[in-house]
Parts: sequence; structure tokens; C-alpha cells
Amino acid sequence: MQFPESWLRALVNPPLSTDELCHLLTMAGLEVEERRSAGADFSGVVVAEVLSVEKHPDADKLKLCSVNVGESTPLQIVCGAPNVAAGMKVPCARGGAKLPGIEIKRAKVRGIESFGMLCSARELGLSDDHGGLLPLAADAPVGDDIRRHFDLDDQLITLKLTPNRSDCLSLLGIARELSALTGAPLLEPEIKPVAAVVADTRQVVLDAPASCPRYCGRIIRGVDAGAATPEWMKRRIERSGIRSISFLVDVTNYVMLELGQPLHAFDDAELSGAIHVRLPKQGEQLLLLNEQTVTPSTDTALIADDEKPLAMAGVMGGEHSGINDSTRDLFLESAFFPPSAIAGKARALGFSSDASHRYERGVDFELQRRAIERATQLIVETCGGQPGPVVEAVSAPNLPERKPVRLRTARAAKVLGIALAAERIESILKGLGLSVERQGDDFLITPPSFRFDIEIEEDLIEEIARIYGYDNIPSQPPVARMAMMPATEHSRTPMSVRRLVAARDYHEVVTYSFVEAAWESDFSATHAHGVVPIVLANPIASQMGVMRSTLIGGLVGTLMANRKRQTERVRIFELGRCFQRDAGGGPGTGFFQPLRLAGLAAGSALPEQWGATGARVDFYDVKGDVEALFAPRRLDFVKAEHPALHPGRCANVFLDGRPAGVVGELHPRWVQKYELGTAPVVFELELNKLLVTPFPSYVEVSRFPAVVRDLALVVPHGQTLAPLLAGLRAAAPAIVRDIALFDVYHGKGLGESEKSLAFRIVMQDTQRTLEDAEVDAVIADFLAIARRDFNASLRA
Amino acid sequence: MNDLDQLVAQATADFAATSELARLEEVKAAYLGKDGSLTALLKGLGKLPPEERKSAGATINLAKTQVESALAARREALRVAQLEAQLAAEALDVTLPGRGQPRGTLHPVMRTLDRIEQLFRSIGFEVADGPEIETDWHNFTALNTPENHPARSMHDTFYLLDDAGKVREDVLLRTHTSPVQIRTMLAHVEKFKHLEHMPEIRVICPGRVYRVDSDATHSPMFHQVEGLWVGESVSFADLKGVVADFLRRFFESDDLKVRFRPSFFPFTEPSAEIDVAFMSGPMEGRWLEIAGCGMVHPNVLRFGGVDPEKYSGFAFGMGPDRLTMLRYGINDLRLFFEGDLRFLSQFQ
Repeated sequence: MQFPESWLRALVNPPLSTDELCHLLTMAGLEVEERRSAGADFSGVVVAEVLSVEKHPDADKLKLCSVNVGESTPLQIVCGAPNVAAGMKVPCARGGAKLPGIEIKRAKVRGIESFGMLCSARELGLSDDHGGLLPLAADAPVGDDIRRHFDLDDQLITLKLTPNRSDCLSLLGIARELSALTGAPLLEPEIKPVAAVVADTRQVVLDAPASCPRYCGRIIRGVDAGAATPEWMKRRIERSGIRSISFLVDVTNYVMLELGQPLHAFDDAELSGAIHVRLPKQGEQLLLLNEQTVTPSTDTALIADDEKPLAMAGVMGGEHSGINDSTRDLFLESAFFPPSAIAGKARALGFSSDASHRYERGVDFELQRRAIERATQLIVETCGGQPGPVVEAVSAPNLPERKPVRLRTARAAKVLGIALAAERIESILKGLGLSVERQGDDFLITPPSFRFDIEIEEDLIEEIARIYGYDNIPSQPPVARMAMMPATEHSRTPMSVRRLVAARDYHEVVTYSFVEAAWESDFSATHAHGVVPIVLANPIASQMGVMRSTLIGGLVGTLMANRKRQTERVRIFELGRCFQRDAGGGPGTGFFQPLRLAGLAAGSALPEQWGATGARVDFYDVKGDVEALFAPRRLDFVKAEHPALHPGRCANVFLDGRPAGVVGELHPRWVQKYELGTAPVVFELELNKLLVTPFPSYVEVSRFPAVVRDLALVVPHGQTLAPLLAGLRAAAPAIVRDIALFDVYHGKGLGESEKSLAFRIVMQDTQRTLEDAEVDAVIADFLAIARRDFNASLRA
Repeated sequence: MNDLDQLVAQATADFAATSELARLEEVKAAYLGKDGSLTALLKGLGKLPPEERKSAGATINLAKTQVESALAARREALRVAQLEAQLAAEALDVTLPGRGQPRGTLHPVMRTLDRIEQLFRSIGFEVADGPEIETDWHNFTALNTPENHPARSMHDTFYLLDDAGKVREDVLLRTHTSPVQIRTMLAHVEKFKHLEHMPEIRVICPGRVYRVDSDATHSPMFHQVEGLWVGESVSFADLKGVVADFLRRFFESDDLKVRFRPSFFPFTEPSAEIDVAFMSGPMEGRWLEIAGCGMVHPNVLRFGGVDPEKYSGFAFGMGPDRLTMLRYGINDLRLFFEGDLRFLSQFQ
């Protein structure tokens, strides 16, 4: 809502500076979003009269003017404007004047001295008109400063109104609020009924009274559609951000801005019979003023005559029934459409109008007759015409109710946390124009017809707080019973998991939850199992069209972006939700939305440094990271297939036999497609599996010496470690404390299809020193099992 | 000077002339060894008459002690020299960089969330969480925003398609973290339904939210932190106290100006926008909108299963992205979502 300060002050004029006034409005909940002068920044321009015009001796297109700027001697000014003429009044920038972008100095123009410049509207930043000098009214006082003449220092104030304050979508509403805030008197415009001069009327029929409980209509015959809008009115509506179109249209906009009542003017010649407010007929269409042809939904109220629809009620008029330059007779509409009838109607058609904006938030339902009288008064004053009587159709049961709301002083004090006297509350509420009935310390409040936001006690408490001043409510440390927060050792927070990953040289990224469809088909295991991705109805861009079911896509995308920025070594992770359809229903939404942790490492394993090999990060580096995140719990890694990953370098991760994630090298296909150069290694883990931490369980530390033996086994090259290790562990007696792989060898001294796996076996007893014989027996036993079950032999 | 004195002087000179430990042992043998000159003198004592033996023995033993101590001193001197040589040889260029893996970083917004969590934990708030594909009921209806409420147009909501390609009306991407309020209240009330006096609810709910908006200051996905405190006597003055305290602690600035300005949200009443103004730095003196808050609307309490006559509460929602930008002086929201390591690695 934009308006000029001067208009507001004409209705209420508290002794406040502009700054103070804006601050007061902001702190009362009518946020001043912007404030600027009505005119561009210039100075030194006055009203001048052109006394005489002569030809410039040396230039065809220039003229030599003698100009009266209100001083004893006229100024000589060279001017090139086509419309300059003796006797006209124009703005004149004198020497030293500052215009937008230029400073005016005395200068010689083609050899002749010029002491200023006559200005066009564009040169003063008033409009884009540069056709010639801006002609001023004949009675404009010579020498008057143009800023004062046009009131260009008037401040344009823009309020960012919240949707509950529809009553402030008019100057009168804002003035009423300001009056309540300051106590300054409200100077309402004087509106008197305009007596009918002709008897002509149109009957108004409320066929859909729930959508329109009140409709006032009036014929005005013989108007001059070509009449010019008075300068004061034009200035007010333009400074309120509405373009001046023609006087009749301007009047409807003026009254809407002034009182908050949208009006519509029909060309009476286009109407036939009675006016109906009804719901649309099957398939009925209407061409609107914005040249959009609409088929209104069945619950959209239309204004119609006996034959045809005329307008979309409360939203926009129809193209064929509107007024134009040749309109002689008009039919003026001033109606009340309740918010429920209008809400969402314009938005459904993809536009918004000043009328729908007001109606869907709430228009004063007792304002219609005053508004039509106000408009009639302004029309008759300016373009003549003979008004007929106002026809008012009302469906009282469908008008909004204003039920009394009970307010308890004690409750208000408790909610706000301040001591409040009933007297203070009473004066605040009365100041707001509410009807107040006091009952001891409590009140019964009946809100006025212009307030749509007062239905319950809290609505009134908010009003009290607003007028009392949020600043005046103390900021107090709360009082509560102390209780210690639980601090469990059985789990950790997502934040501590983040810190753990970051400690292993991964940088956290946040990528969008909606991704390219291709990322889903390329990287998602669920997609590979035929699950259709979740598609957004209204994505911001096509490459953000589906909800991710894996974090891998976002990480690969981030890798690509960093590679483009010439960052070769990239180690990143993300902790976020993935989204899957859930046939089981999910937690109330029908979607499975697990939090996952995913990481990606690409480039060298270590940052470039002296004394390091510069080896590229590989599967085992990242597997080590995954193991560290879960430590001390032991994971199982099982060779797996995953659409995103290299089939020979990919493992599913299991924790206690349950799936916990996947780790692997990106499939060469995607390395090529996404132009990654070298293959990154990625992991994706279920966060809930990472949040459980084992409670340390103490095992007695042995005081007896440990025996360490190495066992190097030669096995077929294809033998994987896990079953062999599991076989050894299964056969290990209690004295075996640890079996750890410490070397893998393939090459000289072994057959082409062989490799050697070397284990370090630690044995110890808590009660005694071990004897060589029993240690030897364990090793012999291990070797026998390896021979029997894994085709292994002892490495020579 | 007698012979013995000369012998001691000679031994001392011989030791001093020796610069290697191994050689020193050889030199030692010439005096103290089996066939050393001092050993020979001691052996020769037996040949002396008994009355001379005692004093001669004492004299020779004195000389022996002197030779031994000269030897020990030389030995020690050579050891020290040897160690010094070894240390000199082992000296490193300590200015070469250390080796190993550096540390990664938390995302700057997560740093902020971490601080927010810590600050609120310190006054007894727990952290709650909720789904991001949310039901229309939790996101709007239960937050006192019925269908066609003008407030719904304040949020440009992302919707999903069903299998037939039609827009689903029952679910959406949550436009704020406020639905977690409802989930928290419902769960809390259920948990403590056997008690006459329900314990207070004190939670914050950080998370991602979504709106159809994208430019330099808006991202279609961003973060929010919701806060909720419900108890038997929680007031607007408490809300002001908690939020102002938080903001001053968060920005580590006791002179931060905080103002509460009336506003409108369907789910709170009275409602306020919270503005802050810094007293120094590039934003000095400017009011910056930083959060929305208010007393939980009685309808919302009812939807959460809480009796609004018995309990009241406040809620607030703030943007950790904006808090992060202000705290670190970051000027473009998009940096948070571009994953540029040159940007992220600065937040060690």
C-alpha cells in the first residue's frame, strides 16, 4: 500500500516529523517498507514566464528567449524546444540549478549567452515526456519553486501490510490507526448523500447471497466521459502508485484508495435488464478487462444482467461492459463480497487485482452506500451527470457477524507478562474504535465492521500489546524449574558425526534436495529397482525436478563444479534427507525420508606434500574412513552391485548383519559422462546406524606376557579375505586375542595365480603364561583349517 | 717432580691427545692395563722392604687414582663431543611443513546451527526433527492456516505429482519448520498424558525448508530453526527475554540492539518480527529483519493437543543462513549451496 504523506496528513495530522510518523507506523505493525520523495532530486528550478521568443542568429533550431523568473530583469535563455512560445509558463532552471545528472551553468550557445535552461518533464524526472517544455498552468505564480509548485517533497510511503490488516488498505483506515496511536483527531471526508435527479434504476437480484450479501447500484446519466481528472486527484492516485486513465476510472480508484471500497463502473448502455449476482452457468465464459477469457469455476460469483455475464465479482470487470470515452450513462457498483467468496479466485487465474486483494482480506461491509455516494459526489462535481437513486440489495443473514469477544484483564496481563490495569485496556480498545462493554475487570468487545481480525481473546490481547507498545513490554529472563538435561553415552548427535567426518579431511556441503532426473537414474539404487522418483509439480527449473533418493548425485555435481574451478583434490560430505515412496505409509506422510551421510573423495589421498607418494585416493582409503566412523564397532563389507558404482569395486556395508550403507568407486561410465577425469570413491551410510554408539565394556587386562606369531599363507589369487579370516576366528581358542592381516603380497616368488596373506596372531591368557606347545598347536590348527577349507599353503 | 708425578702428567697428556673413545681404551691399557706402567709399579711393591711398602703403596695408589680420574674426565669429554657431533648431524630443517592429513570443515550454516543448539541447550532446550515432505495438515491447517487463507500466498509452496501426474494436495515440501511444533506437542502430550501437570516443552527444530523462490537473496531451499516453549506461565516478556538473550550471545555482542515489531503470522498471536541493529561494523545502525515470533495461537495449541487455558507458549522461527551471513560477513546466499571448496575451506 503506497500513498503520499500529504494525503494521510489531510485526514489526521499528529505533531510528528515524517521520520517519527514512519517509525510509529512500523512499531504498530504497519511496516514502512519504503519512503521516498515524490519528485526526483533537483533544485533551483522555478516557475517562469516566456516573455518573447526570437530566432537564434546562428542556429536554425535554436531560439532566443526572454524569460521572467520573478526578478527585476528578465533572463536571456537559448532554447531548442519545439513548443516554446511567448506567454507560456514553463519550469526554468537558473544558473547553479542542479537537475538529475547535470548542473546548469551560464554558458554560450552558438555564440550567445544563456542564463539558464527551460525544462521538459523528463529533465525534471517528473515523467518520460521529452516532447517539449513542460507547460505550466497559466495562473502558476512566476518565481515559485517548482518543488513547492508540484509539492515534490511530499513523501511517498509504502506500507508492507500483513494480511490481517485489510482495514489499512485505505487512507481512511491508516488515518484511523494513526489517530488511535497518537490521539490526533480524525478528519473524515464529508460525505453527503447525493439526491437523485432522475428516477432510473436497475433492479439488483442477489441470486448467490452467500457470495454477495450487499450490493449498491446507481445509474448516472449524461456524464462527460472525456472530462479531465482534476490535478489534485490525479496527483493523489498517481502518488499512490495507480496510473491515471480517465476521470471515471480515476474516481473509482480514488474512492477505493480513500475509503477502501472497490467500485466498478459499467457502461449502462451495454446492460440489459436487472443486475444479478449469481454463480456461473455450465461452461459460461467471460472476457475480462485484461483480455483474458476465463471459464469461471462453479463457486465463482459473477455480476450479470438478464442476458450475459458482465464481470467476475470482486475480481475484475468484463471487457464488453466497461466504460470508455464514448460512455454517456454509467452504472456504478459498490458491493460487499465476503473473503470466503473471493479468496484464491484471482490467484487461480494467475493474476491479482486491487479489488480482489482487498476483498479476499476483508472490506468494511457497512461502507458500500457511503462509497457510492462519495463517488457520485466526485463525478457530479467534475463531469456533471444526473444520478438516479441508489438501489441497495442486502441479504442480512449472509453479512459477516460481529460477535462480542470476552477479554479478561488478568489473562492479558499473564500472556503479555506485564501488569495491566483495566482502565488502560479500556482506553486502548476504545481508541481503536471498538465497542467496549466493561464487566468488572473483564470486557465484552464488539469489533467494528472494518476489522476482520478480531474474533478471539488473543486478537484483543495483540491489539493491546500493539498500542501499549512492544517496546514497553520488558525483556525478561524466563523463570523455570531447573532440571538437568539427559546426556546419554549410548548415542551421539548428527552434529558430532559431522565433526568426526570433518576431522577426516572431508568438507561439508549442502546440496539441493531436488535434483536432475538423470542423477536419479544414474546414481540411485532404488531407481535401479524400478522405483519411480518423486516428481515436483512446480520445480524451479527442470534440472531440479525430482526429489533425491540418494545423496551421491549432489556430491558428484559438487565434484564437477569444483573440477571446473580447477580444484583437483576434492573431499566432501553431506548429511541430509533422501526421499522414497513408502508403501508402508511412512511417518504420517507416505514417504520414507531417512537421513543419510554420504562422502566423496577424489584426487590424491593426501594433499600434495613433501615425502608423500601422491597416490590417488582408492577404495581402501575411503573404506578406512567408513570404518573409523563406526569404530569401535566392526562392519562387514560384502561385494555388491550398485548403479552408481564400479561393479568390481563396490561393497555393501553391514552392521550387526543389517544394511548400513554402501562404499565404492564411481562407475567408469559416469566418470566419462560427467567428465570427472579420475574416478572418485564414494560412500553413503544410514545416519541412524551412525548415531548409536556402544557403551564401553571393560575386559580384564592380562598381566601375563602376550605371544605374537606371524602366519603367512599362500592362497589362490581370487580368495577374498573375509571368509578366511572368519574361518580362523571361528576356530580360535580363547587365548587368541587378535588376528590381524598385516600384509598382502603378489609377485616374485609366488605363482601367477597366487597371493600371500600374512596374519599377526596375538595370544595371551589372563591367568598364566602360555606355553610354547599350546601356541604352536594353535598355529598348526590355523594352518590345517586354511589348507583344508581355503586351499592355502604355508609361505616358504 | 718425582717419577710418579711425571707418570700422571704423561698419562693425562696421552689421554688428552686421544680423540676417539676406542683409542682411549688402548691408551688406558698402557697405564692401568695388565702390563701397564702403574700396574707394574704396584706389582713391584712386594719387592720393597715392608717398612717402605706402606708409604710407597699409598703414593702409587694416589697416582693411580689421579690417572683414573683423568681417564674418566677424558672419557666423558669424548662422549659429550661424540653426542654433540651426532646431534649436529641429526639436525632437521624444522621449517619444513609437517606431514599428514589436514582437517575438513563443517558447513558454515552448520557451524551456526551448532552454536544455536549449544546456546539453547544451555537453557534446557532439546533438539527435535521432522520430515521435509510434510502433510498439508501439519504445514498449514494445524498451524491455523486453513485453505484459501491469504497467509498461504505468503509461501510459494512446492507440491508433488502423484503417479498419474496430478498435483497432490495432501503433501508438500514444508515451507517452514513450524510443523515440527505440532509433531512435538502431539508426541509430548501423549507421553505425559498420565500426569496432571505436563512438563514444559522446550525444543528447537533446525532443518531444511523449501519455497518457490530463487535470486541473490532467496534460495528455493534454505534453513530454518524453530523454537517452542510451552508451559503454564510462559509470557511475551519471556519470549522477548529469551530471543534477545540468544541474539546477543550468538553475535557475542552485548550492545546489539534488538527490537520487536508487531507483525502477523497465522500460528502466533501476538506476533512480532525481530529486528537487530549492530553498533559497529559494515551494517552499523541498520535494522535487519532476523526472525519471526509470537505467542502460540490457541488454535495451534489445540491442534497440538494442548489446552490453551492451562498452558501458553511462545514460538520463533529464524533463518540460520541469514544469521551466518551476518556473522561472517558473507554477501551472497548462493555460496552456501554451490559447494565451492575455496569458500567452504575457509570455515576451519
